[in-house]
Amino acid sequence: MSAAAPGTSKTGHSDVVQKKKKGPGALATAYLVIYNVVMTAGWLVIAVGLVRAYLARGSYHGLYYSIEKPLKFFQTGALLEILHCAVGIVPSSVVLTGFQVMSRVFLTWAVTHSVREVQSEDSVLLFVTAWTVTEIIRYSFYTFSLLNHLPYLIKWARYTFFFALYPMGVTGELLTIYAALPFVQKTGLYSITLPNKYNFSFDYYTFLILTMISYIPLPPEKRTNALWKEQRKACRHSEYPSQR
Amino acid sequence: ILHYQVEPNATIGEIKSMFHKSHPQFYPTRQSIRLDAKGKSLKDEDVLQHLPVGTTATFYFRDLGAQISWVTVFLTEYTGPLVIYLMFYFRVPFIYAPKYDFTTSKHWVVHLACMCHSFHYVKRLLETLFVHRFSHGTMPLRNIFKNCTYYWGFAAWMAYYINHPLYTPPIYGEQQIRLALILFLVRIFLSLNLYCSKTRKIPYPTKNPFTWIFLLVSCPNYTYELGSWLGFTLMTQCLPVAFFTVVGFVQMTVWAKGKHRSYLKEFRDYPPLRSPILPFVL
Repeated sequence: MSAAAPGTSKTGHSDVVQKKKKGPGALATAYLVIYNVVMTAGWLVIAVGLVRAYLARGSYHGLYYSIEKPLKFFQTGALLEILHCAVGIVPSSVVLTGFQVMSRVFLTWAVTHSVREVQSEDSVLLFVTAWTVTEIIRYSFYTFSLLNHLPYLIKWARYTFFFALYPMGVTGELLTIYAALPFVQKTGLYSITLPNKYNFSFDYYTFLILTMISYIPLPPEKRTNALWKEQRKACRHSEYPSQR
Repeated sequence: ILHYQVEPNATIGEIKSMFHKSHPQFYPTRQSIRLDAKGKSLKDEDVLQHLPVGTTATFYFRDLGAQISWVTVFLTEYTGPLVIYLMFYFRVPFIYAPKYDFTTSKHWVVHLACMCHSFHYVKRLLETLFVHRFSHGTMPLRNIFKNCTYYWGFAAWMAYYINHPLYTPPIYGEQQIRLALILFLVRIFLSLNLYCSKTRKIPYPTKNPFTWIFLLVSCPNYTYELGSWLGFTLMTQCLPVAFFTVVGFVQMTVWAKGKHRSYLKEFRDYPPLRSPILPFVL
């Protein structure tokens, strides 16, 4: 009698099964195309808004106020993407997508919106620009992929610009949180102190510091890993690349 | 590919030992031997001639990763909260402001909470040592880090607030604490009668009133666990304790549902009235 060597061997059967995996149905695809087109348009609006404001003012300071509303609207709208993963029309992990979208929403609402004093900081422009360019490329990438007509230029742009946009975005975000710290500490924003009848406390200032620290080990590895996996996948299955 | 020559009445356990000899880094508990690459692991007690194999049999091996015994994990998991809570209770230095070091709380509910919490974990430790019998001897090593982080982390979080110099006792004072204590104690008395045998039989309620819970619930141990943490939440009126209770409840419900499903699969005449964890509800 014999025992097999360590490690299991993938049979040919499972490979065939994988190739035959279907994407979302026709209705879901139509919805996703509309969603991605709308998001592309939205971020284009923000981009145009930034440029116009810059030209009108003659300087790049304080441009946040000109695009505040569309930024909030479209960035918050991205929460739908978590739903897409949960429902299954997008083959991405709910946890990963959730984490990424929530961190953006957190920065938009819990930091930039909540701490008025940082809204005039240049770091805000830094991350808003990074987000805008990234999202325009990303959403148009998905739109074209869904329609099975992905121009090489967009795919190239997505993987190349990432190397500049990602550090730009992270720097902007970190600097903004850092700028918010003294105001949070002074006003005790979103913080609960003892004593209280629920015997609970929360220090938003410490929480923000911990958030800043969490940027360090987590994102680069995760993002480059995810992108690398995607590149490999995109080469193998050109019909329906994964979202992230 | 390795070849072994064995008797037809050899067990999987013996094969694992042979494999271990040729591959010393894969001790038997780390090996998963199965007939099909994607199938279920075979048990150590399985005998070759009772398996669907001919004169030659092909097995697949899978490395389960570094293993640690359940007993070790449980002992570590439960000793942590016990010790950690007491450290906060006695206000060991560097936790609260220096002027509070080694002082004691003026609220009697804090002392009561300490007794209940400590008793709970001492009981669990004793159960692990003398009562429980586990179906698998070991679990993957990384579980101990995950589990300890959970138990120790929550224990520290709860203990910090309950034993804090600025702790606020329950609003309804005496009555609230007494009700909570009753909940807590009742659960202990009821669960003392739950230690059932390992034989795979459906537990049925007997003349003993303490077993009547089996009429309604598949996993009364989880029901009682929930009861005692609810009691503790009420007693301390502390939000972190409530969080812990909710998280624990979610986890236990998942486990209870799993157990309930496996009972239903195994016993065709399983009482239909029973729910996994909460009577009639969940």
